[in-house]
This record gives sequence, structure tokens and C-alpha cells, in this order.
Amino acid sequence: MKRTNSILIVTAALTVGAASSFAEPYKQKTPSAPPLLAQSCSGCHGQLGKGQNGTPVLAGYERDAFIRVWDEFRHNQRPAATIMPRIARGYSDTEIAQLADYFSSIRR
Amino acid sequence: MTNISRRTFGTLAAASLASLAAPSLLHAKGSARLVIIGGGFGGASSARFARIAFPHIDVTVIEPQRSFVTCPYGNLLLAGSKTLSDITHDYGALKRRGVNFIHDWAEAIEPDKKQVRLRSGKTVSYDKLIVSPGIGIKWGALPGYDQDAAKILPHAWVPERGEQVLLLRKQLEALPDGGVVGFAIPSNPFRCPPGPYERISLVASYLKKHKPRAKILALDAKDAFSKQGLFQDAWNELYPGLIEWVPGSKDGKVVAVDARNKIFQTEFGTRHKIDVGNVIPPQAAAKIAVEAGLTNETGFVPVNPYTFEAIKAKDIHVIGDANIAGPMPKSGFIANSTSKQAVASAIALLEGREPPKDPVYFNTCYSHVGDDYGISVVGVFRPSDKGFVETPNSGGVSPRGPLADTKAQRRLEARYADSWYASITKDAFG
Repeated sequence: MKRTNSILIVTAALTVGAASSFAEPYKQKTPSAPPLLAQSCSGCHGQLGKGQNGTPVLAGYERDAFIRVWDEFRHNQRPAATIMPRIARGYSDTEIAQLADYFSSIRR
Repeated sequence: MTNISRRTFGTLAAASLASLAAPSLLHAKGSARLVIIGGGFGGASSARFARIAFPHIDVTVIEPQRSFVTCPYGNLLLAGSKTLSDITHDYGALKRRGVNFIHDWAEAIEPDKKQVRLRSGKTVSYDKLIVSPGIGIKWGALPGYDQDAAKILPHAWVPERGEQVLLLRKQLEALPDGGVVGFAIPSNPFRCPPGPYERISLVASYLKKHKPRAKILALDAKDAFSKQGLFQDAWNELYPGLIEWVPGSKDGKVVAVDARNKIFQTEFGTRHKIDVGNVIPPQAAAKIAVEAGLTNETGFVPVNPYTFEAIKAKDIHVIGDANIAGPMPKSGFIANSTSKQAVASAIALLEGREPPKDPVYFNTCYSHVGDDYGISVVGVFRPSDKGFVETPNSGGVSPRGPLADTKAQRRLEARYADSWYASITKDAFG
């Protein structure tokens, strides 16, 4: 009985939503997407910066440290770096700040 | 289920009532429909990303195979260090994320009706269509190379169920010591620019261990190739005297093959007898993209570099190896990276919003050239009104240098290549 009620509530809510935006197709609120810029990182570092099979974890990376390390990559100052120096030089300071904000905001 | 349909209130209300009996019907009728042709890196990444970022959208993938065999890491099967199951990914995780799968061939796209016709005769309606069908082989474009010839001289370039790469592996195992393995490599553009050279390297690694008197004859239509210096350094260091690479200007271009007699014929009339032959054939966008009228004279699909919408068709976004995106390579990573902008743009346009601004497309192609020996090329790309542009002063290949000086880097890159494979396949299929 409880289950039926909840379905009814969902159905009712949906119906109201449909009525209110009837004239504007598809203009409902879209949940904000993860920052697309960070998607470039996910190919190696995994979604949400969780790391994968030995790729460094980016989730929870302290913001200032992220920016400092990025700068070290840019200037070939990181020991044992492989591909990151080539990547680091392709992003602007604003983009790096966005990435730093994002990864520092995720819980490790 | 918090979705709004563009259908009338009445229809939605009726669907809502129907949902009491069949909730899935409401989902199908009430949500915007993103349909994806192809379950490879581009298609699977699109589907996964759409479910995570836009959970109110109904996502359907049309893919004939029940699982996907990756081209990346296929060359490790030839070296004997991976098996088919290591590079096969099923769609279970995507299905659990709520992606609908239709295991059928997409036969035709009907843009005027906004539907895809399946081989079964059924149709699938879409609001936005992502087309990521990969490449098709231009059978017959290389005289003598047709589907029957591929059973003798495998291409192993379009994976399907892995038959081709397994056939090539079997032929290498049967090769007599002292035999010749021939490669016919095409002009640009083709899928995976460093792929032929990684394959040469890993076949050489197998031969060196198991058939030390065998040779490789690599006949190339081009005079230059991806990561050339790095590959040639590795060949000299790891496999001295084993590999002969012949560029186009030195009669390397294969212009005809004779599968029965195992002969590669080059431009100036030379006939090369080989024992095992791998023909990487001329390619175009897969048939469905060609037949839908999405391609231009190059055989590939021109797209808007900001949204990946096909220039020739509205509401159809084309990603992966089928599109024209040079200087970005035709790679799984680019298919994955661009899928996200394509999906976000498609849904934004559908919902009357601006597509995401200032996208960055990203690529890394690792190649294994031997045990603990990996090399890479990196590219950071952005769209412009003239197409795709590589970001200045960034990207490029691993540093060159004698193995004595670069051993640690090569070893790390080989390890990171394995991490990349685990990560990207999870980002697509997980």
C-alpha cells in the first residue's frame, strides 16, 4: 500500500511539472554536469579522480598543492614525470584553477 | 523520472496513469530519447556519461554485438601477453546504469522521421542521435583485398568478435622460423595512427623469442608515421636486423595483393612473397554513416567542432573514428573525450540551452614496443571556427634517447599504459 502511494505521489508531481512547462519543451532543470574540463583527466585518472591501477588519485588533492604541482610539471621540475609535462603546458591558469577547485572538492 | 515530455499534457497524464501498471512505459514516453549507434569507445562512453550527467534522459544503444573487443591492446594478443578475454568488455555495467541496449544492426538513419531502422525491420525514434559506428573497410579499394582475402591475409583492424586478431596470432604461431611477416600499411587517415607500428614492434617481440630467424617486411604507403623516431629507436635497440620498414618513396606502397599466393605488390611493380601477411586496408566511416549521407568526398563525416553535430544532418552528432577531426587522431581516447562534449551539446541543444563553452579535447596514445617498454604521444585540442586545433607548445611524444638513459621512463610509461587501459575501459564500459 505504501509503495502504491509513493508511485501516486511521483506520478502527481510529474504531472504538475508537465503542466507548468508545457509550452517550453525540455526546458526543465538539468542537474549540473560534472565539469567537462575534468573529463579529459578521467581517461587515465578515472571518474571523480579516483585513480585506476596505479594512476595517481586526484580526488581530495589539496587546491594549492594541485596548482603548484601542475606548475612544476609545466616547467619540467617534477621527478619521474612521464606524460604530464606535455599535458600541463596545454592548459591555461584559469583552467588549472577550475581543475584544482574540482578535484579538491571531491572526497578521497 | 523527474522528466518533462514535449508531448501534450493529456498524453503525459495518460502515460502517468499507465505507469501505475507499467512504469517503464512512462520512462520511454516521458523522457527525451538519446539514441546511440555503436557500442565502442565513443558510443559506450556517451551512454555512460549521459546516464551520470543527465539521468533524466532515456539512453538507448544500438549495437549488434553482446560485448566489445577493443582494438587497443589487441596487439598484445599477438605478442602473447594478453588473451581475448582480457580485451573483451560486456555491457552489463552499462545496463545496470539504466542504458537500454538493442542488440541489432542499425540499417538506416531516417533524419526526416528522426528514427533509426534496424535489420529486424523495427524502428527506434530519437530526439538526438549519437552516431559512433567506427570505420568500415573499403573492400576492393586495394585490388585483390576482399572479405575472402581477409581470411588468408587478416586485417585485424576491425575487431568484431576478435576473429581477425586471433587468426593473425594463429598464423604467427604456425610461421616457420625464417619466414617473412609482411605488413601493408595505408595512407592517412586511418584508425589508430601508431597502431601498425606498435603491431610491428610486438610481432617482432614474439618473433625474437620464438622464431629468431624470421623477418618483418613493413611496406608503407607513407614516408613518415606517428612516433616514428621513438619506434625506430626501439626497433634498432630491441630487434636489430629483424624489421625492414620501406617508405612510400622507396616503393613501399602496396597497390595490389594476391592472397592465394601470399604476394604484396608495390607501386613500382615489385612482388614481395610473404608467409604471413597483415593488410591494414583503406578505410572510411562505417557503412551506416555513408548510406545516411553524412559523409563527404573523403568518406568520413564533417562535423561542427564545438558540438559534433554532422554538417549534413541536424540532431545527429557523429563522434569517434567515423568523423573528420584532424589533427586529432582516430583513437579510442579521442572518441571517449569528445563523446562527453557531444552528449552535453546534444542535450543542451535539445533543452534550448547553449552547448558547453570552451571545450578541451584530450588524447594520449600509448604504444607498447616490448616488455616494460612503453612510449606515448599526447595531444590537447580545442575547437575553432576552422576546425580542430592543437594547443601550441603542448603535447608531443616521449623524449628520445638511448635505452640506458630512458629505461625508467619507458618502464613507467608501459605501466601507465596498463593503467590507462584499465581506466578508459572503465570510463566507457564500467
